[in-house]
Amino acid sequence: MTTRDENILEVCNLRTHFRTDDGLVKAVDGVSFSVKRGETLGIVGESGSGKSVTCLSAMQLVPRPPASHPTGEIYFGNTDLLGLTEHEIEKLRGERLAMIFQDPLTSLNPYLTIARQLTEVLEVHRGATPTAARRTSIEMLERVGIPDAAERIDQYPHQFSGGMRQRVMIAMALLCGPEVLFADEPTTALDVTIQAQILELIKDLQTAIGTAVVLVTHDLGVVAGTTDRVAVMYAGRIVEEGTTAEVFANPQHPYTRGLLESMPRIDTPLQKTLYAIPGLPPDLGNLPTGCPFHPRCGLATDQCRKTYPDSKTVSSTHRASCWEVEANE
Amino acid sequence: MNTTGKPDTPLLDVSDLAVEFRVPSRGSVFSEDSKDIKAVDGVSFSMARGETLGLVGESGCGKSTTGRAVLQLVRPTRGHVVFDEEPIHEFWRKKGQKWVWDHRLLDLRRRMQMIFQDPFASLNPRMTVETILSEPLRNFDVVQGTQRREKIQHLLMTVGMDPRCMRRYPHEFSGGQRQRIGIARALALGPDFIVADEPISALDVSIQAQIMNLLSELREKLGLTLLFIAHDLAAIRHVSDRIAVMYLGRIVELADAQTIVDRPQHPYTQALLSAVPIPDPTREQSRQRTVLSGEMPSPINPPSGCPFHTRCPFSEDRCRTEVPRMRTIDTGHQVACHLVE
Repeated sequence: MTTRDENILEVCNLRTHFRTDDGLVKAVDGVSFSVKRGETLGIVGESGSGKSVTCLSAMQLVPRPPASHPTGEIYFGNTDLLGLTEHEIEKLRGERLAMIFQDPLTSLNPYLTIARQLTEVLEVHRGATPTAARRTSIEMLERVGIPDAAERIDQYPHQFSGGMRQRVMIAMALLCGPEVLFADEPTTALDVTIQAQILELIKDLQTAIGTAVVLVTHDLGVVAGTTDRVAVMYAGRIVEEGTTAEVFANPQHPYTRGLLESMPRIDTPLQKTLYAIPGLPPDLGNLPTGCPFHPRCGLATDQCRKTYPDSKTVSSTHRASCWEVEANE
Repeated sequence: MNTTGKPDTPLLDVSDLAVEFRVPSRGSVFSEDSKDIKAVDGVSFSMARGETLGLVGESGCGKSTTGRAVLQLVRPTRGHVVFDEEPIHEFWRKKGQKWVWDHRLLDLRRRMQMIFQDPFASLNPRMTVETILSEPLRNFDVVQGTQRREKIQHLLMTVGMDPRCMRRYPHEFSGGQRQRIGIARALALGPDFIVADEPISALDVSIQAQIMNLLSELREKLGLTLLFIAHDLAAIRHVSDRIAVMYLGRIVELADAQTIVDRPQHPYTQALLSAVPIPDPTREQSRQRTVLSGEMPSPINPPSGCPFHTRCPFSEDRCRTEVPRMRTIDTGHQVACHLVE
C-alpha cells in the first residue's frame, strides 16, 4: 500500500496476544486495514472476535501484562503508534486520537463533575485557561445536544441518563477535534430511539470536524446505515473487508453471509425459520486448525481444516479470506 | 401437557393491570417521604391458547414488570389477571405485613414458567445442570430416582443439548448453551404458559437465531402459549403472532405482528420502527427516519395527558391534558392516540 498520505490510519499485521492461565490467547492475530481521512470504517464481529482489542491496541490501552506488546505497525500519518513511548502516545491520546466506549457510566469518573472531566482535556492538551476551557466545554455540550449545558456541566455523571452520558462522552472525545475517533459499541447499551439519535449525532459531528471514525459493533444494521467501508472479524482476524455497499450486496465469506442471513429483518417477508450459523463461536485459547470458521462452515473442505486461507481479491476494494472464494485478479 | 379448560376461552386475560413501586424520594434513602412509581398503569390484553404475544418497548417502559405481574411474581396493585378462567391475582394471602402466594398459586407454577434474560445470573453457579433441572421436579414431586434422570436427559435433548453434559456446571457453557439450560428448566414441569423476558438480548448475533428458532419449534411442538418480551422489534416480529407496544407503563398499540410492521398507527410505534436498523446500505440511505427528540420521561413524574406527548412530533393541546383511551380501529387493531381516526 502506497497511499500513506491519504490514509490517516494504517494498521499492518497487528497481533495482540494475551498470556492467561489457559494458555496464549491470540485476541488479534494479523489484522491489517486502513482508514482514510473523514471516512467511517465499521468493524463487525461477535464477542471475542478481537474488534475491541484492535482499537485498544491502536490507543495503547491494552493492559500489559496480561497482553504482550502488540506487534506489527499502526501508522497514524507517518508515525508508528506501536513505536511510541507512553509519554509520546499520551500526547496524542485525547487530542488527535480519541475513543468512546460502550458503557459511559463506567468510563466517566463518578467522583468528578462533568466540568472537571471536560476542561481537563483542554487544559492538558491545549494549555487553555480554566475560563476558556469551561467556555469551550459548554459549547461542546450544547453541540452534542445537552439541554441547559451551562448548568448541567457542574453535575456528576450519575445525574445524567444513559443517552445523555454517551453524549457527554462524545463531547469529551471531540473537544480537541481528533483526527481519528474509535467508537467501541457506542450505542449497544442504549435504546433504539436513543441509538438513532446518537448515530445521527456522530455522523453530523464527523462531517463538521472531518474526523475519521472506526466504529466497532456487532450490529450489521448499524454498519449498513453509518459506515463507508466494513471489516468483518472472526477469531482475531479480518475475514472480509470492502465498501459497505459491496459487502452487503455481494458477501463472499460464509461467515458474513451467515451473519446477514441470520438477522431477523423488518423489511423482508417473514421466513418460518431463520438461518442459524451452527455451532458456537470459537475458544480463542484453543482455536481449530486451518480456517477457524471451518467447524461451523457448510463448505469446509480438507484444505480449510489444514491451512488458513490467503486473502483473495474480489474487486479492487473488496477482499475475503476463504478458500471457496473465487479470486478475481 | 396439562391443558385443561375450554379451548375457545383465552388462556390469559389481563385487564387494567397496574403495578406501583414505592421508592424513596430524591435526595436521601433515609428520608421518610416516598413516592410511588407507576411501572405498569392500566394494561389490558388477552392471549389465546398457543398464541405468542410480543411485548416490545424501551427500557423502563414496564414490559418486564408486566411479565412478572402476569406470573404474580410481583403483586399487582390493581387489575385482574385471569389464567384459564381463574382469577390468579386473588391467589395471595397476607402473612404479617407481607403478601405471600397461597397454595393455589403455588400449584399453578407447574403451568406458568419464566425464561430469564441473563443466562449467567439465572443459573446457580454451584449447582450442576442435573441439580438445576431436578429442582423443579423435586419441588413438585413429579418423578423420582432413575425416572428423574431420564426426564432430565429428555429435557436436555428437547433443547438441543447433549444429555451427557448434566454433570457439568453452568460456567462450563457458553451463553447460548446456558440459555438452553434455562429453557429446559422452564419446560421441566410441562407448563402451557411461558413468559420469556428478553431471552436473546444477552447472546451473540449468530446464537440469537438459534435460540429464536428453538423457541418457535418448542412452542409448536409443545403447544406453548408464549409472552415474549424484548426491545428488538425485528426479533419480536419474527416470533410473535401479535405485538403489543408499550410506552411508560401503558400499551399504546396492539395488533397482529404484520400489521404493526406494515401499518403502524401510533406515532411511537412508527418512530420505533424507523429506528430499527436494516442490514442493507441502500435501504438505510433511502429510508425516511423519524428520529425522536428527547428521552422517555421518568415514571416518577409522568407527563399529564398522553404519556408520549413530550416526544411526539404531532402532539396537540388535547394530548397534553387528556389521556387517550385504547380504541379499536380495525379488527384486532387497537391504538391509544387522539390523532388516529
